[in-house]
Amino acid sequence: MTTQTSLYDRLGGAPAISVATEIFYRKVLADPALVRYFDDVDMDGQVAKQAAFLCMALGGPSAYTGRDLRMAHAPLSGLTDRHVDLVIDYLAETLRELGVPEADIAAVGATADSVRGDILNR
Amino acid sequence: MRLTVSGDQLEFQQGETVLHVLSRHGIELPAACRAGFCRACLLRVLHGDPGSPGRAGLDDALQADGYFLACTARPGADLTVALADADVFAPAELLSVQPTGNSVLRVRVRPRRPLDFRGGQHVALRAPAGIVRVYSIASLPAEARDEGIEFHVRLYPGGAMSGWLAGAARGDAIGLGQPGGSCYYRPEDPRCPLLLAGTGTGLAPLAAIARDALAHGHGGPIIAVQGGIGPDGSGGGPRTAGPAWPSPIRSRACLLSRGEDIVTAVAAELAGLPRPADTRAYLCGAPRVVARMRRALFMGGLSLRRIHCDEFAPAAAAVGARGDGERGDGERAGGE
Repeated sequence: MTTQTSLYDRLGGAPAISVATEIFYRKVLADPALVRYFDDVDMDGQVAKQAAFLCMALGGPSAYTGRDLRMAHAPLSGLTDRHVDLVIDYLAETLRELGVPEADIAAVGATADSVRGDILNR
Repeated sequence: MRLTVSGDQLEFQQGETVLHVLSRHGIELPAACRAGFCRACLLRVLHGDPGSPGRAGLDDALQADGYFLACTARPGADLTVALADADVFAPAELLSVQPTGNSVLRVRVRPRRPLDFRGGQHVALRAPAGIVRVYSIASLPAEARDEGIEFHVRLYPGGAMSGWLAGAARGDAIGLGQPGGSCYYRPEDPRCPLLLAGTGTGLAPLAAIARDALAHGHGGPIIAVQGGIGPDGSGGGPRTAGPAWPSPIRSRACLLSRGEDIVTAVAAELAGLPRPADTRAYLCGAPRVVARMRRALFMGGLSLRRIHCDEFAPAAAAVGARGDGERGDGERAGGE
């Protein structure tokens, strides 16, 4: 491991997260398998949560913890590995559109994958 | 923890809103939405920190002066506040109340001192009995100088504020709160397409935004989409607010009775623009319709930061001077 700056910083910090969040959220809402897990009434609340998640996944200053993720996803019934795979794919697609190198995308995917157990409550 | 107000010390618990603490101790504020929207319960802090949620959405100037909203503030430590009421509701007088048909009143109000606002913003009106409702502003500041500030108020059967207005006379006193909301023209973005969409009395603030844009010599296309229910305008049709869209503006009416859906229409208009992502959209009307339009525009590629909404939330509680916390009377803040 090197001491290089986080992808969060290299992408441009909070403004970049804001852009990435909208792209990512749009993809998730467009997927019939995922849309029911994303309340469309409170879009602002959803966007805030997605931004917190992206911030964590990109190594930014996030206070998001596995426990938060566990509690947030506990009420959602029917979540499976397939849903998590889809979300990680959309995250990768989002970063690719923003010109992020594949090596970074893989690292972010691994970070996102590391909370799979919290999301699926196991 | 203690909340100090007018020399009284009121005990409160972690997580309690200031509005609730005051109400529990018999101090009733005018409160309409109880969700940080209408600003009717604005207070000023004298000592301590009300916390950031209570300041969310307030202008920097108000925040700097120590103002916060009692309904959303949940202080975590002792706090001393001033009842900002007299400073918050600027004294004003009614100039005229005219029925326009379709159960809408055209209300003109003249503040005793100039009110700093932009066309399309909303402001809380307070009737003498302490009834507070939020309405969108249908005038531009330049128009209001001579004619007073105009509001289009839907007359609801049994509506406390609209009922009072219907019987009010020229010269009657009324209070004007702090204007707020993000629905106003941005001169710093003079070439973007503008997409204005609304229903019912929501068309009045949109028309004000359109006039403001034209007054600034806006260089981009302006499209207005108006929704309604019946072909005669009943139930909140296009004629409700009666905006005469000035000539460069392309307007389109959607009538539910003809099976036309304003959400679909708005999405189609966005898609038809040469630079959809550069558009600024302004949405005013009933919360459900606004939420659906907002989502459709977002999915059409428009950033949420370029979609400015004013949802005409129902009055959550018809709390007057008595403040008994009764449920709202169904009267809504300026919309359907």
